[in-house]
Amino acid sequence: MAYDSNDHHKNYINAEKGIWSWMTTLDHKRIGVMYLFATMFFFAVGGIFAMLVRLELFKPGPFFSPDTYNKFFTLHGAIMVFMFIIPIIPAALGNFFLPIQIGAKDVAFPRLNLLSWYIFVTGSLLLVFSIVSGGVDTGWTFYTPYSIRTATSVILATLGVFVLGFSGILTGLNFVTTIHKLRAPGMTFHRMPLFLWAIYATAIIQVLATPVIGITTALLVMERVLHIGFFDPKLGGDPVLFQHFFWFYSHPAVYIMILPGMGIVSEVITAFSKKHIFGYHAVAYSSLAIAGISFIVWGHHMFVSSQSPLANFLFSLLTMLVAIPTAIKVFNWTATMYKGSISLKTPMLYALSFLFLFTIGGLTGLFLAAISVDVHLHDTYFIVAHFHYVMMGGTVMGLLAGLHYWWPKMFGRMYPEKWGKLSCALTFIGFNLTFFTQFWLGKMGMPRRYHDYLPEYTPLNIASTVGSWFIGAGMLIMFIYFIWSLFKGKRASENPWGGKTLEWTIESPPTTHNFHKEPVITTGPYEYGELKTTGEA
Amino acid sequence: MVDFFKIFQLPQASTMAPKVDALYDFIHWVSVVSFVIIVGGMVYFIWKFRRRREGEPTPYITGHTPTELSVAGVLFIIVMVIFYWGWKDYSKIIQSSPNALEINVMARQWLWEFEYTNGRKIVNELVVPKGTPVRLIMGSADVLHSFYVPNFRLKQDVVPGAYTKLDFTATSVGEQQVFCAEYCGTAHSKMLAKLKVMEPKDYQRWQTTWEVEQSLGIQPAGAAETTAGQAPETVVENPVERGKKLFAEKGCTACHSVSGQVLVGPSLKEVFGHEVELADGSKVMADENYIRESLMEPQLKLVKGFPPVMPTYKGTLKDDEINALVTYIKSLRN
Repeated sequence: MAYDSNDHHKNYINAEKGIWSWMTTLDHKRIGVMYLFATMFFFAVGGIFAMLVRLELFKPGPFFSPDTYNKFFTLHGAIMVFMFIIPIIPAALGNFFLPIQIGAKDVAFPRLNLLSWYIFVTGSLLLVFSIVSGGVDTGWTFYTPYSIRTATSVILATLGVFVLGFSGILTGLNFVTTIHKLRAPGMTFHRMPLFLWAIYATAIIQVLATPVIGITTALLVMERVLHIGFFDPKLGGDPVLFQHFFWFYSHPAVYIMILPGMGIVSEVITAFSKKHIFGYHAVAYSSLAIAGISFIVWGHHMFVSSQSPLANFLFSLLTMLVAIPTAIKVFNWTATMYKGSISLKTPMLYALSFLFLFTIGGLTGLFLAAISVDVHLHDTYFIVAHFHYVMMGGTVMGLLAGLHYWWPKMFGRMYPEKWGKLSCALTFIGFNLTFFTQFWLGKMGMPRRYHDYLPEYTPLNIASTVGSWFIGAGMLIMFIYFIWSLFKGKRASENPWGGKTLEWTIESPPTTHNFHKEPVITTGPYEYGELKTTGEA
Repeated sequence: MVDFFKIFQLPQASTMAPKVDALYDFIHWVSVVSFVIIVGGMVYFIWKFRRRREGEPTPYITGHTPTELSVAGVLFIIVMVIFYWGWKDYSKIIQSSPNALEINVMARQWLWEFEYTNGRKIVNELVVPKGTPVRLIMGSADVLHSFYVPNFRLKQDVVPGAYTKLDFTATSVGEQQVFCAEYCGTAHSKMLAKLKVMEPKDYQRWQTTWEVEQSLGIQPAGAAETTAGQAPETVVENPVERGKKLFAEKGCTACHSVSGQVLVGPSLKEVFGHEVELADGSKVMADENYIRESLMEPQLKLVKGFPPVMPTYKGTLKDDEINALVTYIKSLRN
């Protein structure tokens, strides 16, 4: 790192030296930073696969071979989902800020925390090996019986997913325990920052849902290796059963991905509007409501799979309910800005991008929850556009808001504001160009996972591919200035944004033990504003 | 320019298409209004409440419960309307007409085979009469596929080891694109077919000409030389006849009569399409999937009053043989 003990205060980065001190660290901040570097690396790798997918689709006719293309989109999906978007916010930013925001010295089980990181690296290596040994071509969903019959390295990839799952389970367990047991005096649940409510809800889903993907991938491997018939009709299995198992995990997993992003947005919008959050309790409990509902809606991925009409009826009905807690959050973030003092620094620009893009992502979910419309749109580019608006427009924008917001605290250096704004603008424009066109492609019937397409889809595909170059440029600039700022960035003060949560009361970067003496909390996390009235809504 | 905008309009070619589009448009406008409220509000606030100087005072507002409850309430009503509308139309999609024209579909990596009840089999080309309810009975020879006709707004996954069905009524004459919508491997994006909709009298002529040619032993024109772009047309046995032959060859006749006489097992006369009472007292509809399941797992849903002695045909019968048997048993319904 860029620090030595005599150019700045003693902090978690320069407290110990050498690679070994990082590999054996029990400090939640160091583990968080290691997660951040690993997951951001995979974000770059997954992003390169995405650019290759878009390159193939620039015009009709082959650029890569169909098998190569099929591996590209599979690896893009698998890497982004399992190695980037699921772990990054909880494991990197959550690890770093959860203990600090509740006034604790570390998480409840520091050794388990380090173990989780090693499990994460092991699982990731398995997935990387599967790429080296020929790649996977099943799509990140591993649908049977194709995944049982394809000659590609499904076993390595699914084992990777299996192992990665344990990392998530242990991290979730650690966070739930930490929040219950290690809050500083006066830090009641209702004084916790909303980021932590989101991380808490996420951790519950991680603990309860992730074992199911573990079981599912284990069954898949058993079927491939031992020919036990679970999912392949040739062996007496049922391929649709796999989809139930898979989505029973993977739908809640969608909320593992989005809830932490929502948590960050609550922090950033309040800090850059200098306003108390509008409806603290509604935002906090809607995270738990979303987590709860997430377990009973998986069948909406299967409206045309041949599942029974009764199941379709119930899953469509239940899915509609997700709209309510989600819309309340969106409404409350907007309302928080009312009469605020709004500053458009990079973190806020990303949070506003989130609000803009996630609103589109959420609303297009309504089309897909309505069964008859979903029959038309299912497995088309409309779906691809919808979940990218939620996952990238939502989670990734939230992540980048948080990363810029907390960067000064994590590394004691400011990122360059002008470059930050430029990168955000490029990404925002590029994102809409890439994915808004895909809603149209889907409405016009273009199926997803297509190596080639009919000529009438050409203009929209060209626009979409050009958009991906804008995103690529925006992200490249960001990677460069983040790395640059680690060494050359302006020194950050304790509280560059005027935030009210506990991490802004300690040094940047924090010392190894976070607080010099245990903090005592007497107020909520968003005490902005002057014309105080008593009580909370 | 006109041509450019054509890419934004998908033709409506089935009875369901206008219905799906109507709900699509409704959700579209609900979304536009919601988007304008949220993002319009956001943009207005950004401009109106932009920071003019550091440290300017802001009011202390923590929320307003009645506003939140009304937002939730209004939203609940809207999503329930969307839900009910979607469900109502979906019930029409899955409703099948009792006298629908039935066509067997076999999906393989990476082609579509269509088989008519008269034995005519065509690859990657499906011909149906306009205005007539059609029912596709679909099976897969290998992995998952999905039969998708964008201009019909209809899609149904095709699942190996079971039958899935898709009902539709075409409303305009012409050629429609069929896609495979469920990823199925290397040539997934090339698994395309054409769906030709004809006037009923033209369809009738198309079938009769072929039947006459068959009975006279005439090779259909162009069958010898397969020209590029022309769907290859194969001539095979009538599936009912084939099923009848298999029914005898595979030993079914030993236990099952087709005359109504009860042997070791129940007679198969007039079984198809009727409810069957099972040993445990429950009832099951004898449809394609039940017949298939009874061949694969005979003891699973045993008919009341019969011993569990039938052997499984799993591994013995090929998919196309099962299809032929099902078609034959179906032909015994009247």
